[in-house]
Amino acid sequence: MPEFEPIVGRYFTMNVAGDACRIYMEEAGRGLPLVCLHTAGADARQYRHLMCDRAITDHYRVIAFDLPWHGKSNPPVGWRDREYRLTTELYIETVRAFCRALGLERPAVMGCSMGGRVVLHLALTHPDEFRAVIALEGADRLEPYYDLDWLHRPDVHGGEVSAAFVSGQVAPQSPDEFRWETLWMYTQGGPGVFKGDLFFYWYDGHFDDRSPRIDTTRCPVYLLSGEYDSSCTPERTAATASRIKGARATVMPGIGHFPMSENPALFRTHLLPILDEIRR
Amino acid sequence: MSPGVDHIRERVNARDALVRRGRYVSLAFLLGVGDQEYVVTIDRGRVTSVEPRRLATSTGRFTIRAATPAWEEFWKPVPRRDHHDLWSMLAAGIVKIDGDLLPLIQNLQYFKDVLAAPRDA
Repeated sequence: MPEFEPIVGRYFTMNVAGDACRIYMEEAGRGLPLVCLHTAGADARQYRHLMCDRAITDHYRVIAFDLPWHGKSNPPVGWRDREYRLTTELYIETVRAFCRALGLERPAVMGCSMGGRVVLHLALTHPDEFRAVIALEGADRLEPYYDLDWLHRPDVHGGEVSAAFVSGQVAPQSPDEFRWETLWMYTQGGPGVFKGDLFFYWYDGHFDDRSPRIDTTRCPVYLLSGEYDSSCTPERTAATASRIKGARATVMPGIGHFPMSENPALFRTHLLPILDEIRR
Repeated sequence: MSPGVDHIRERVNARDALVRRGRYVSLAFLLGVGDQEYVVTIDRGRVTSVEPRRLATSTGRFTIRAATPAWEEFWKPVPRRDHHDLWSMLAAGIVKIDGDLLPLIQNLQYFKDVLAAPRDA
């Protein structure tokens, strides 16, 4: 027999905003549930290293799922005639539907990039449903710097351009193997999906006017951002932290926008103390 | 010629995989390093010449410009943040891009790697 990894993948169907969504999820470990949310235009494979880390899985049930339209989760029936566009409300409802479907009781939730942003929304709108939120590369306000229409048009390869847009978001110090594995997921995204995600990440998800209302005594907030992140920069992370009373922010030197997949060995040194704190 | 610019042709052409990825690229673009502009000419992924722009009519499909110190930092083996990647420089407002962006975007990773090629020293 081969030496199997401890990750187990399964499919199920859940209802989100009137659609029956066939979802792919992976999990490993036992203990407190830790739900992990992937970045825009990617999928749950980004968390594979965490799921194979005994220091984490001895204490946490680590669960990651592909959002509808992503990875091995299907788009809703009728997708051909829809333009995919992730909104704040839809994203919040999708994460809550997933946690309900699995019967998770006050899970911790960690998301990266757009996932890092939505966990802040969750801390604001549903603080009692989550034990704590960890926002990786997540800010309450960002500034767009390129035209999203480039991501979905017939004369540009959507997968290649998505990967090329984000390739500089991996820190130069990160191992090449993991840099290109991270980018491979971007080359595999469905047409228009990264663009639809960025609608939430760059436009719909701004809430710096409301983030000061997050109550970290009900739901602790941790912010972890990479030094080389060009969108959720260290400055924007600090600005977000300054608006959320009690939020704990850390800038991770030598890491970019994809800490868990671009440099898992370095990332765990920042994550493990937080996970220890959350379960105590 | 700026030392980084001077190395682009030889470094790109020495990388077969990079030339292969650029096999559908045949064009000229302008590279601005401070006040100096260079015409970079590419034929099927190979850089055939990098010449200072001498005539006002010598131009390219698109132009990529940044200050000299920005390129010097970009060409270091491990540049500091905001200088480590063309698109990161764009996000930080350090580089300006003009002209017909379609061929640039269609081959974005190729052009990123062409510009970063002097790092291979």
